[in-house]
Amino acid sequence: MSSERELRPVVWVEIGKPIDFARQTFAVAEADVRKLIHDPVELFTRMVQPILWLLIFGEVFSRVRAIPTGELRYLDFMTPGILAQSVLFGSIFYGISLIWERDLGIVNKFLVSPAPRLALVLGRGLSSTVRSLCQMVLVFVLAGLLGVRLRLAIGPLAGVIAAVMLGSAIFATFSLIAACIVKSRERFMGIGQVLTMPLFFASNAIYPLSLMPRWLRGVSAANPLSYQVDALRGLMVVGGKSTFGIGVDFAAMFFVLALLLAVATKLYPRIVQ
Amino acid sequence: MDRHTEKAAPQSEHTESAATAPQAVQAFGLTRRFGQLTAVDHVSFAVARGSIFGLLGPNGAGKSTLIKMLTTLLPPSEGTAVVGGFDIAREPESVRRVIGYVSQMLSADGELTGYENLLVSAKLYGIPRAERRRRIARALEFMELQDVASRLVSHYSGGMIRRLEIAQSMLHRPSVLFLDEPTVGLDPAAKHAVWKRIQDLREQLQTTIFMTTHDMEEADRLCDRVAFLHRGSLVLEGVPRDLKAGLGPQASLDDVFLHSTGASIAEEGALRDVIRTRITTRRVG
Repeated sequence: MSSERELRPVVWVEIGKPIDFARQTFAVAEADVRKLIHDPVELFTRMVQPILWLLIFGEVFSRVRAIPTGELRYLDFMTPGILAQSVLFGSIFYGISLIWERDLGIVNKFLVSPAPRLALVLGRGLSSTVRSLCQMVLVFVLAGLLGVRLRLAIGPLAGVIAAVMLGSAIFATFSLIAACIVKSRERFMGIGQVLTMPLFFASNAIYPLSLMPRWLRGVSAANPLSYQVDALRGLMVVGGKSTFGIGVDFAAMFFVLALLLAVATKLYPRIVQ
Repeated sequence: MDRHTEKAAPQSEHTESAATAPQAVQAFGLTRRFGQLTAVDHVSFAVARGSIFGLLGPNGAGKSTLIKMLTTLLPPSEGTAVVGGFDIAREPESVRRVIGYVSQMLSADGELTGYENLLVSAKLYGIPRAERRRRIARALEFMELQDVASRLVSHYSGGMIRRLEIAQSMLHRPSVLFLDEPTVGLDPAAKHAVWKRIQDLREQLQTTIFMTTHDMEEADRLCDRVAFLHRGSLVLEGVPRDLKAGLGPQASLDDVFLHSTGASIAEEGALRDVIRTRITTRRVG
Protein backbone atom coordinates (compact mmCIF):
# COMPACT_ATOMS: atom_id res chain seq x y z
CA MET A 1 0.00 0.00 0.00
CA SER A 2 1.51 3.34 -0.98
CA SER A 3 1.90 6.07 1.59
CA GLU A 4 -0.40 8.38 -0.36
CA ARG A 5 -3.18 5.83 -0.39
CA GLU A 6 -3.05 5.54 3.35
CA LEU A 7 -3.94 9.16 3.88
CA ARG A 8 -6.82 9.04 1.49
CA PRO A 9 -10.33 9.28 2.85
CA VAL A 10 -11.93 6.65 0.70
CA VAL A 11 -15.52 7.22 -0.33
CA TRP A 12 -17.12 10.55 0.14
CA VAL A 13 -14.95 12.52 -2.28
CA GLU A 14 -17.18 11.53 -5.17
CA ILE A 15 -20.44 12.58 -3.53
CA GLY A 16 -22.00 16.02 -3.81
CA LYS A 17 -22.19 18.02 -0.61
CA PRO A 18 -25.97 18.55 -0.37
CA ILE A 19 -26.57 14.79 -0.64
CA ASP A 20 -24.03 14.21 2.12
CA PHE A 21 -25.65 16.86 4.25
CA ALA A 22 -29.12 15.37 3.85
CA ARG A 23 -27.84 11.86 4.52
CA GLN A 24 -26.08 12.96 7.71
CA THR A 25 -29.09 14.94 8.93
CA PHE A 26 -31.39 11.97 8.37
CA ALA A 27 -28.88 9.61 10.01
CA VAL A 28 -29.08 11.60 13.25
CA ALA A 29 -32.88 11.57 13.12
CA GLU A 30 -32.94 7.90 12.10
CA ALA A 31 -30.97 6.86 15.19
CA ASP A 32 -33.58 8.48 17.36
CA VAL A 33 -36.56 7.12 15.46
CA ARG A 34 -35.16 3.59 15.61
CA LYS A 35 -34.85 3.94 19.39
CA LEU A 36 -38.48 5.04 19.52
CA ILE A 37 -39.47 1.94 17.54
CA HIS A 38 -37.56 -0.32 19.95
CA ASP A 39 -39.22 1.32 22.93
CA PRO A 40 -42.41 3.25 22.10
CA VAL A 41 -43.60 3.67 25.71
CA GLU A 42 -42.75 7.37 25.58
CA LEU A 43 -45.30 7.92 22.82
CA PHE A 44 -48.07 6.65 25.07
CA THR A 45 -47.09 8.67 28.12
CA ARG A 46 -47.07 11.76 25.93
CA MET A 47 -50.71 11.19 25.09
CA VAL A 48 -51.91 11.83 28.62
CA GLN A 49 -51.53 15.59 28.64
CA PRO A 50 -53.50 16.50 25.52
CA ILE A 51 -56.23 14.08 26.60
CA LEU A 52 -56.56 15.86 29.97
CA TRP A 53 -56.63 19.31 28.43
CA LEU A 54 -59.20 18.51 25.77
CA LEU A 55 -61.42 16.25 27.86
CA ILE A 56 -61.42 18.12 31.16
CA PHE A 57 -60.35 21.73 30.63
CA GLY A 58 -61.94 21.95 27.19
CA GLU A 59 -65.26 20.39 28.14
CA VAL A 60 -65.61 22.56 31.27
CA PHE A 61 -64.63 25.85 29.65
CA SER A 62 -66.95 25.16 26.73
CA ARG A 63 -69.80 25.40 29.23
CA VAL A 64 -68.53 28.60 30.87
CA ARG A 65 -68.78 30.63 27.67
CA ALA A 66 -66.61 33.36 29.25
CA ILE A 67 -64.03 33.53 26.49
CA PRO A 68 -65.06 35.36 23.30
CA THR A 69 -64.08 33.13 20.40
CA GLY A 70 -66.25 34.62 17.66
CA GLU A 71 -68.28 32.08 15.72
CA LEU A 72 -66.11 29.18 16.91
CA ARG A 73 -67.16 26.92 19.75
CA TYR A 74 -64.62 27.16 22.56
CA LEU A 75 -63.52 23.53 22.10
CA ASP A 76 -62.92 24.21 18.39
CA PHE A 77 -61.01 27.35 19.35
CA MET A 78 -58.75 25.64 21.83
CA THR A 79 -58.01 22.43 19.88
CA PRO A 80 -55.23 24.03 17.78
CA GLY A 81 -53.88 25.57 20.99
CA ILE A 82 -53.75 22.19 22.70
CA LEU A 83 -52.01 20.65 19.69
CA ALA A 84 -49.40 23.43 19.84
CA GLN A 85 -49.13 22.98 23.59
CA SER A 86 -48.44 19.27 23.36
CA VAL A 87 -45.81 19.96 20.70
CA LEU A 88 -44.22 22.55 23.02
CA PHE A 89 -44.25 20.33 26.12
CA GLY A 90 -42.92 17.38 24.15
CA SER A 91 -40.06 19.30 22.55
CA ILE A 92 -38.91 21.65 25.30
CA PHE A 93 -37.34 18.84 27.34
CA TYR A 94 -35.66 17.33 24.30
CA GLY A 95 -32.28 18.81 25.29
CA ILE A 96 -32.04 16.51 28.27
CA SER A 97 -31.41 13.59 25.91
CA LEU A 98 -28.34 15.47 24.66
CA ILE A 99 -27.00 15.81 28.20
CA TRP A 100 -27.77 12.16 28.84
CA GLU A 101 -25.98 11.07 25.66
CA ARG A 102 -23.07 13.36 26.48
CA ASP A 103 -22.69 11.61 29.84
CA LEU A 104 -22.73 8.23 28.10
CA GLY A 105 -20.13 9.33 25.52
CA ILE A 106 -22.45 9.05 22.52
CA VAL A 107 -22.24 12.73 21.59
CA ASN A 108 -18.45 12.43 21.13
CA LYS A 109 -19.06 9.94 18.37
CA PHE A 110 -21.22 12.38 16.45
CA LEU A 111 -18.83 15.28 16.97
CA VAL A 112 -15.73 13.47 15.66
CA SER A 113 -17.58 12.50 12.49
CA PRO A 114 -17.24 14.75 9.44
CA ALA A 115 -20.96 15.59 9.60
CA PRO A 116 -21.37 19.38 9.73
CA ARG A 117 -22.56 20.67 13.11
CA LEU A 118 -25.67 22.05 11.40
CA ALA A 119 -26.59 18.55 10.22
CA LEU A 120 -26.22 17.22 13.79
CA VAL A 121 -28.48 19.95 15.20
CA LEU A 122 -31.01 19.80 12.38
CA GLY A 123 -31.17 16.00 12.65
CA ARG A 124 -32.12 16.29 16.30
CA GLY A 125 -34.80 18.86 15.48
CA LEU A 126 -36.10 16.52 12.80
CA SER A 127 -36.37 13.58 15.17
CA SER A 128 -38.35 15.75 17.57
CA THR A 129 -40.85 16.45 14.77
CA VAL A 130 -41.50 12.72 14.43
CA ARG A 131 -42.73 12.56 18.02
CA SER A 132 -44.81 15.68 17.54
CA LEU A 133 -46.47 14.27 14.43
CA CYS A 134 -47.53 11.24 16.46
CA GLN A 135 -49.13 13.61 18.96
CA MET A 136 -50.82 15.43 16.11
CA VAL A 137 -52.52 12.21 15.01
CA LEU A 138 -53.77 11.68 18.56
CA VAL A 139 -55.13 15.22 18.90
CA PHE A 140 -56.95 14.86 15.56
CA VAL A 141 -58.57 11.60 16.60
CA LEU A 142 -59.54 12.89 20.02
CA ALA A 143 -60.88 16.20 18.71
CA GLY A 144 -62.84 14.34 16.04
CA LEU A 145 -64.44 12.17 18.73
CA LEU A 146 -65.35 15.27 20.74
CA GLY A 147 -67.13 16.74 17.74
CA VAL A 148 -64.60 19.40 16.77
CA ARG A 149 -65.11 20.25 13.11
CA LEU A 150 -61.70 19.55 11.57
CA ARG A 151 -60.58 20.45 8.06
CA LEU A 152 -59.31 17.26 6.48
CA ALA A 153 -58.54 18.41 2.92
CA ILE A 154 -54.99 17.84 1.68
CA GLY A 155 -54.02 21.54 1.54
CA PRO A 156 -54.91 22.58 5.12
CA LEU A 157 -53.66 19.25 6.45
CA ALA A 158 -50.26 19.77 4.80
CA GLY A 159 -50.21 23.23 6.39
CA VAL A 160 -50.95 21.77 9.83
CA ILE A 161 -48.18 19.20 9.42
CA ALA A 162 -45.73 21.96 8.41
CA ALA A 163 -46.73 24.13 11.38
CA VAL A 164 -46.39 21.21 13.80
CA MET A 165 -42.95 20.31 12.41
CA LEU A 166 -41.71 23.89 12.50
CA GLY A 167 -42.93 24.44 16.05
CA SER A 168 -41.42 21.18 17.20
CA ALA A 169 -38.05 21.94 15.59
CA ILE A 170 -38.08 25.45 17.11
CA PHE A 171 -38.65 24.29 20.70
CA ALA A 172 -36.36 21.26 20.39
CA THR A 173 -33.53 23.46 19.08
CA PHE A 174 -34.22 25.99 21.82
CA SER A 175 -33.97 23.13 24.28
CA LEU A 176 -30.64 21.98 22.79
CA ILE A 177 -29.27 25.50 23.24
CA ALA A 178 -30.33 25.47 26.90
CA ALA A 179 -28.67 22.05 27.34
CA CYS A 180 -25.41 23.29 25.79
CA ILE A 181 -25.40 26.23 28.20
CA VAL A 182 -26.37 24.59 31.50
CA LYS A 183 -24.73 21.20 30.75
CA SER A 184 -26.21 19.36 33.74
CA ARG A 185 -29.47 17.45 34.02
CA GLU A 186 -30.56 19.02 37.30
CA ARG A 187 -30.13 22.60 36.13
CA PHE A 188 -31.75 21.75 32.83
CA MET A 189 -34.88 20.35 34.46
CA GLY A 190 -35.19 23.55 36.51
CA ILE A 191 -34.93 25.73 33.42
CA GLY A 192 -37.40 23.58 31.48
CA GLN A 193 -39.96 23.91 34.26
CA VAL A 194 -39.47 27.67 34.45
CA LEU A 195 -39.86 28.17 30.70
CA THR A 196 -42.83 26.03 29.70
CA MET A 197 -45.59 27.68 31.67
CA PRO A 198 -44.79 31.30 30.66
CA LEU A 199 -44.45 30.22 27.02
CA PHE A 200 -47.83 28.53 27.20
CA PHE A 201 -49.78 31.16 29.11
CA ALA A 202 -48.21 34.13 27.31
CA SER A 203 -49.62 32.83 24.04
CA ASN A 204 -52.95 32.66 22.29
CA ALA A 205 -53.26 28.89 22.90
CA ILE A 206 -56.31 28.89 25.17
CA TYR A 207 -57.59 32.46 24.91
CA PRO A 208 -57.52 35.05 22.13
CA LEU A 209 -54.96 37.88 22.05
CA SER A 210 -57.84 40.38 22.27
CA LEU A 211 -58.49 39.34 25.88
CA MET A 212 -54.94 40.13 26.98
CA PRO A 213 -53.76 43.36 28.56
CA ARG A 214 -51.53 45.43 26.30
CA TRP A 215 -48.21 44.39 27.83
CA LEU A 216 -49.06 40.70 27.63
CA ARG A 217 -50.05 41.12 24.01
CA GLY A 218 -46.52 42.46 23.40
CA VAL A 219 -44.97 39.45 25.11
CA SER A 220 -47.24 37.13 23.22
CA ALA A 221 -46.24 38.67 19.88
CA ALA A 222 -42.61 37.81 20.65
CA ASN A 223 -43.52 34.23 21.59
CA PRO A 224 -43.04 31.78 18.70
CA LEU A 225 -45.81 29.59 20.14
CA SER A 226 -48.35 32.31 19.28
CA TYR A 227 -47.46 32.08 15.59
CA GLN A 228 -47.70 28.33 15.61
CA VAL A 229 -51.11 28.45 17.31
CA ASP A 230 -52.27 31.20 14.95
CA ALA A 231 -51.29 29.18 11.87
CA LEU A 232 -52.92 26.05 13.26
CA ARG A 233 -56.09 27.97 14.11
CA GLY A 234 -56.31 29.25 10.55
CA LEU A 235 -55.72 25.81 9.04
CA MET A 236 -57.05 23.15 11.33
CA VAL A 237 -60.70 23.84 12.20
CA VAL A 238 -63.68 24.79 10.08
CA GLY A 239 -64.34 28.52 10.52
CA GLY A 240 -60.99 29.10 12.24
CA LYS A 241 -59.23 32.38 11.43
CA SER A 242 -55.61 33.40 11.64
CA THR A 243 -55.08 36.78 13.33
CA PHE A 244 -51.63 37.61 11.94
CA GLY A 245 -52.13 35.92 8.54
CA ILE A 246 -50.79 32.46 7.65
CA GLY A 247 -47.93 33.95 5.63
CA VAL A 248 -46.76 36.03 8.58
CA ASP A 249 -47.04 33.01 10.89
CA PHE A 250 -44.83 30.82 8.71
CA ALA A 251 -42.35 33.61 8.02
CA ALA A 252 -42.01 34.24 11.76
CA MET A 253 -41.51 30.53 12.48
CA PHE A 254 -38.89 30.13 9.74
CA PHE A 255 -37.06 33.20 10.98
CA VAL A 256 -36.98 32.00 14.60
CA LEU A 257 -35.90 28.50 13.57
CA ALA A 258 -33.06 29.84 11.40
CA LEU A 259 -31.87 32.02 14.26
CA LEU A 260 -31.99 29.19 16.79
CA LEU A 261 -30.23 26.77 14.41
CA ALA A 262 -27.41 29.25 13.94
CA VAL A 263 -26.95 29.62 17.70
CA ALA A 264 -27.26 25.88 18.38
CA THR A 265 -24.72 25.03 15.68
CA LYS A 266 -22.26 27.36 17.35
CA LEU A 267 -22.88 26.02 20.86
CA TYR A 268 -23.25 22.30 20.15
CA PRO A 269 -19.53 21.36 20.36
CA ARG A 270 -19.38 23.03 23.79
CA ILE A 271 -21.46 20.27 25.35
CA VAL A 272 -18.39 17.97 25.45
CA GLN A 273 -15.80 20.58 26.42
CA MET B 1 -4.05 12.72 -3.95
CA ASP B 2 -7.67 13.34 -3.06
CA ARG B 3 -9.66 16.53 -3.23
CA HIS B 4 -9.32 17.42 0.43
CA THR B 5 -5.59 17.07 0.63
CA GLU B 6 -5.21 19.06 -2.57
CA LYS B 7 -7.45 21.83 -1.38
CA ALA B 8 -5.92 21.98 2.06
CA ALA B 9 -2.28 21.79 1.05
CA PRO B 10 -1.56 25.44 0.30
CA GLN B 11 -3.30 26.59 3.50
CA SER B 12 -1.04 24.79 5.91
CA GLU B 13 2.65 25.22 6.40
CA HIS B 14 2.81 21.82 8.08
CA THR B 15 0.72 19.93 5.56
CA GLU B 16 3.20 19.46 2.80
CA SER B 17 5.87 18.08 5.05
CA ALA B 18 3.33 15.97 6.92
CA ALA B 19 1.93 14.39 3.79
CA THR B 20 5.35 13.28 2.62
CA ALA B 21 6.92 12.78 6.04
CA PRO B 22 6.54 9.42 7.75
CA GLN B 23 4.55 10.98 10.62
CA ALA B 24 0.82 10.39 11.04
CA VAL B 25 0.51 12.67 14.06
CA GLN B 26 2.74 15.58 15.00
CA ALA B 27 2.08 17.81 17.98
CA PHE B 28 3.70 21.22 18.30
CA GLY B 29 3.61 22.65 21.83
CA LEU B 30 0.03 21.54 22.37
CA THR B 31 -1.42 23.25 25.45
CA ARG B 32 -4.84 23.34 27.06
CA ARG B 33 -5.85 25.43 30.05
CA PHE B 34 -9.09 25.30 32.02
CA GLY B 35 -9.12 28.53 34.00
CA GLN B 36 -6.10 28.39 36.30
CA LEU B 37 -5.40 24.75 35.59
CA THR B 38 -3.06 23.73 32.78
CA ALA B 39 -4.27 20.25 31.85
CA VAL B 40 -1.81 19.79 28.97
CA ASP B 41 1.37 21.82 28.97
CA HIS B 42 3.39 22.41 25.76
CA VAL B 43 3.39 18.83 24.58
CA SER B 44 5.30 17.96 21.39
CA PHE B 45 5.75 14.52 19.85
CA ALA B 46 5.49 12.61 16.59
CA VAL B 47 3.83 9.31 15.74
CA ALA B 48 5.19 7.30 12.82
CA ARG B 49 2.71 6.13 10.23
CA GLY B 50 1.51 2.57 10.67
CA SER B 51 2.78 2.35 14.24
CA ILE B 52 1.01 1.89 17.56
CA PHE B 53 1.79 4.75 19.90
CA GLY B 54 0.89 4.60 23.57
CA LEU B 55 0.32 7.63 25.73
CA LEU B 56 0.78 6.51 29.32
CA GLY B 57 0.00 8.17 32.56
CA PRO B 58 -2.15 7.92 35.66
CA ASN B 59 -5.72 9.17 35.89
CA GLY B 60 -5.78 12.95 35.65
CA ALA B 61 -2.45 13.26 33.82
CA GLY B 62 -4.14 14.97 30.84
CA LYS B 63 -4.38 11.98 28.48
CA SER B 64 -8.05 12.45 27.63
CA THR B 65 -7.63 16.21 27.21
CA LEU B 66 -4.76 15.61 24.79
CA ILE B 67 -6.73 13.05 22.79
CA LYS B 68 -9.73 15.39 22.69
CA MET B 69 -7.56 18.11 21.16
CA LEU B 70 -6.09 15.72 18.58
CA THR B 71 -9.59 14.57 17.58
CA THR B 72 -10.85 18.20 17.29
CA LEU B 73 -13.32 17.87 20.17
CA LEU B 74 -11.49 20.52 22.15
CA PRO B 75 -9.63 23.49 20.68
CA PRO B 76 -6.09 23.94 22.04
CA SER B 77 -5.32 27.06 24.09
CA GLU B 78 -1.90 27.18 22.48
CA GLY B 79 0.12 25.21 19.94
CA THR B 80 -1.28 22.89 17.29
CA ALA B 81 -0.96 19.44 15.80
CA VAL B 82 -1.07 17.89 12.36
CA VAL B 83 -3.13 14.72 12.14
CA GLY B 84 -3.29 12.69 8.93
CA GLY B 85 -1.79 15.67 7.10
CA PHE B 86 -4.24 18.29 8.40
CA ASP B 87 -3.89 21.00 11.00
CA ILE B 88 -6.31 20.44 13.89
CA ALA B 89 -6.83 24.14 14.51
CA ARG B 90 -7.23 25.29 10.93
CA GLU B 91 -8.70 22.25 9.18
CA PRO B 92 -10.74 20.39 11.79
CA GLU B 93 -13.30 19.19 9.20
CA SER B 94 -10.57 17.55 7.13
CA VAL B 95 -9.03 15.98 10.25
CA ARG B 96 -12.42 14.41 11.10
CA ARG B 97 -12.54 12.71 7.71
CA VAL B 98 -9.29 10.83 8.22
CA ILE B 99 -9.53 9.81 11.87
CA GLY B 100 -11.49 7.34 13.95
CA TYR B 101 -12.06 7.76 17.67
CA VAL B 102 -13.23 5.49 20.45
CA SER B 103 -13.73 7.44 23.65
CA GLN B 104 -13.00 6.13 27.13
CA MET B 105 -16.70 6.07 27.88
CA LEU B 106 -18.85 3.48 26.15
CA SER B 107 -20.15 5.38 23.17
CA ALA B 108 -22.15 2.68 21.37
CA ASP B 109 -25.84 3.38 21.77
CA GLY B 110 -27.37 0.75 24.06
CA GLU B 111 -30.88 1.46 22.80
CA LEU B 112 -29.93 0.46 19.25
CA THR B 113 -28.81 -2.90 17.87
CA GLY B 114 -25.20 -3.52 16.87
CA TYR B 115 -26.18 -3.35 13.22
CA GLU B 116 -28.05 -0.07 13.71
CA ASN B 117 -25.07 1.49 15.49
CA LEU B 118 -22.90 0.64 12.51
CA LEU B 119 -25.54 1.82 10.05
CA VAL B 120 -25.82 5.25 11.67
CA SER B 121 -22.04 5.64 11.70
CA ALA B 122 -21.77 4.63 8.05
CA LYS B 123 -24.35 7.27 7.13
CA LEU B 124 -22.65 9.95 9.22
CA TYR B 125 -19.46 9.26 7.28
CA GLY B 126 -21.32 9.51 3.99
CA ILE B 127 -20.56 5.96 2.87
CA PRO B 128 -22.85 5.25 -0.12
CA ARG B 129 -25.59 2.65 0.17
CA ALA B 130 -24.01 -0.11 -1.95
CA GLU B 131 -20.72 0.14 -0.09
CA ARG B 132 -22.41 0.47 3.31
CA ARG B 133 -23.91 -3.00 3.38
CA ARG B 134 -20.61 -4.65 2.40
CA ARG B 135 -18.56 -2.75 4.94
CA ILE B 136 -20.95 -3.34 7.82
CA ALA B 137 -21.05 -7.08 7.04
CA ARG B 138 -17.27 -7.19 6.91
CA ALA B 139 -16.87 -5.19 10.11
CA LEU B 140 -19.29 -7.49 11.98
CA GLU B 141 -17.40 -10.51 10.74
CA PHE B 142 -13.99 -9.07 11.60
CA MET B 143 -15.13 -8.30 15.14
CA GLU B 144 -17.00 -11.63 15.44
CA LEU B 145 -20.28 -9.90 16.15
CA GLN B 146 -22.36 -11.19 13.22
CA ASP B 147 -24.45 -13.49 15.46
CA VAL B 148 -25.50 -10.68 17.79
CA ALA B 149 -25.86 -7.94 15.17
CA SER B 150 -29.62 -7.71 15.60
CA ARG B 151 -29.56 -7.64 19.41
CA LEU B 152 -29.79 -4.41 21.38
CA VAL B 153 -26.32 -3.27 22.48
CA SER B 154 -27.60 -2.93 26.06
CA HIS B 155 -27.49 -6.76 26.14
CA TYR B 156 -23.85 -6.91 24.97
CA SER B 157 -20.89 -7.65 27.25
CA GLY B 158 -18.27 -4.96 27.79
CA GLY B 159 -15.82 -6.64 25.43
CA MET B 160 -18.44 -6.92 22.68
CA ILE B 161 -19.30 -3.24 23.05
CA ARG B 162 -15.64 -2.27 22.73
CA ARG B 163 -15.25 -4.38 19.61
CA LEU B 164 -18.40 -2.85 18.15
CA GLU B 165 -17.09 0.63 18.86
CA ILE B 166 -13.78 -0.08 17.18
CA ALA B 167 -15.69 -1.49 14.19
CA GLN B 168 -17.79 1.69 14.13
CA SER B 169 -14.75 3.93 14.15
CA MET B 170 -13.10 1.93 11.34
CA LEU B 171 -15.98 1.84 8.84
CA HIS B 172 -14.62 4.79 6.88
CA ARG B 173 -11.07 3.38 6.91
CA PRO B 174 -9.40 6.18 8.85
CA SER B 175 -5.66 6.55 8.55
CA VAL B 176 -5.31 7.30 12.26
CA LEU B 177 -7.36 5.60 14.97
CA PHE B 178 -7.54 7.14 18.46
CA LEU B 179 -8.37 4.80 21.32
CA ASP B 180 -8.85 6.31 24.76
CA GLU B 181 -8.31 3.59 27.39
CA PRO B 182 -9.65 0.85 25.08
CA THR B 183 -9.65 -1.96 27.64
CA VAL B 184 -10.42 -0.18 30.90
CA GLY B 185 -12.74 -2.34 33.00
CA LEU B 186 -12.55 -5.42 30.76
CA ASP B 187 -11.80 -8.89 32.08
CA PRO B 188 -8.56 -10.55 30.84
CA ALA B 189 -10.22 -12.60 28.10
CA ALA B 190 -12.12 -9.63 26.65
CA LYS B 191 -8.97 -7.55 26.95
CA HIS B 192 -6.98 -10.04 24.89
CA ALA B 193 -9.71 -10.13 22.23
CA VAL B 194 -9.57 -6.34 21.91
CA TRP B 195 -5.76 -6.38 21.78
CA LYS B 196 -5.85 -8.91 18.96
CA ARG B 197 -8.21 -6.71 16.93
CA ILE B 198 -5.99 -3.69 17.43
CA GLN B 199 -2.97 -5.61 16.18
CA ASP B 200 -4.95 -6.97 13.22
CA LEU B 201 -6.04 -3.47 12.21
CA ARG B 202 -2.48 -2.28 12.11
CA GLU B 203 -1.30 -5.32 10.16
CA GLN B 204 -4.17 -5.61 7.69
CA LEU B 205 -5.02 -1.96 7.06
CA GLN B 206 -1.77 -0.26 8.12
CA THR B 207 -3.80 1.97 10.41
CA THR B 208 -1.79 4.21 12.71
CA ILE B 209 -3.04 3.71 16.25
CA PHE B 210 -2.76 6.32 18.97
CA MET B 211 -3.91 4.97 22.30
CA THR B 212 -3.94 6.10 25.88
CA THR B 213 -3.72 3.67 28.74
CA HIS B 214 -2.63 3.32 32.31
CA ASP B 215 -2.30 -0.42 31.89
CA MET B 216 1.43 -1.10 31.59
CA GLU B 217 0.98 -4.65 30.35
CA GLU B 218 -1.19 -3.32 27.53
CA ALA B 219 1.45 -0.75 26.58
CA ASP B 220 4.17 -3.39 26.70
CA ARG B 221 2.22 -5.81 24.50
CA LEU B 222 0.94 -3.43 21.87
CA CYS B 223 2.95 -0.26 21.56
CA ASP B 224 5.92 0.37 19.30
CA ARG B 225 6.61 3.58 21.17
CA VAL B 226 5.30 5.00 24.41
CA ALA B 227 5.30 8.45 25.97
CA PHE B 228 4.70 9.24 29.63
CA LEU B 229 2.41 12.09 30.50
CA HIS B 230 2.65 13.38 34.05
CA ARG B 231 0.59 16.31 35.29
CA GLY B 232 0.16 17.65 31.77
CA SER B 233 3.78 17.39 30.63
CA LEU B 234 5.52 14.78 28.53
CA VAL B 235 8.32 13.43 30.71
CA LEU B 236 9.75 10.55 28.70
CA GLU B 237 9.36 8.96 25.29
CA GLY B 238 10.80 5.88 23.66
CA VAL B 239 10.62 2.21 22.70
CA PRO B 240 9.31 0.17 25.70
CA ARG B 241 12.16 -2.34 25.49
CA ASP B 242 14.84 0.39 25.51
CA LEU B 243 13.19 2.28 28.34
CA LYS B 244 13.09 -0.82 30.51
CA ALA B 245 16.61 -1.91 29.56
CA GLY B 246 17.87 1.47 30.74
CA LEU B 247 16.82 0.58 34.28
CA GLY B 248 17.95 -3.03 34.43
CA PRO B 249 16.99 -6.51 33.25
CA GLN B 250 13.96 -6.96 35.53
CA ALA B 251 12.48 -3.46 35.15
CA SER B 252 8.84 -2.97 34.10
CA LEU B 253 7.25 0.09 32.51
CA ASP B 254 5.80 0.84 35.96
CA ASP B 255 9.36 1.10 37.28
CA VAL B 256 10.29 3.39 34.40
CA PHE B 257 7.39 5.68 35.21
CA LEU B 258 8.23 5.68 38.91
CA HIS B 259 11.87 6.40 38.14
CA SER B 260 11.15 9.32 35.81
CA THR B 261 8.36 11.00 37.78
CA GLY B 262 8.79 9.84 41.36
CA ALA B 263 5.13 8.85 41.32
CA SER B 264 3.35 5.55 40.89
CA ILE B 265 1.06 5.30 37.91
CA ALA B 266 -1.67 3.54 39.89
CA GLU B 267 -1.86 6.05 42.70
CA GLU B 268 -2.09 9.39 40.96
CA GLY B 269 -5.34 10.86 39.76
CA ALA B 270 -8.00 13.45 40.39
CA LEU B 271 -11.28 12.36 41.95
CA ARG B 272 -13.23 13.20 38.80
CA ASP B 273 -11.11 10.94 36.61
CA VAL B 274 -11.26 8.10 39.08
CA ILE B 275 -15.05 8.38 39.17
CA ARG B 276 -15.23 8.39 35.40
CA THR B 277 -13.08 5.27 35.15
CA ARG B 278 -15.23 3.55 37.75
CA ILE B 279 -18.42 4.44 35.88
CA THR B 280 -17.02 3.02 32.65
CA THR B 281 -15.84 -0.05 34.53
CA ARG B 282 -19.27 -0.58 36.03
CA ARG B 283 -21.02 -0.22 32.67
CA VAL B 284 -18.57 -2.59 31.05
CA GLY B 285 -18.80 -5.14 33.85
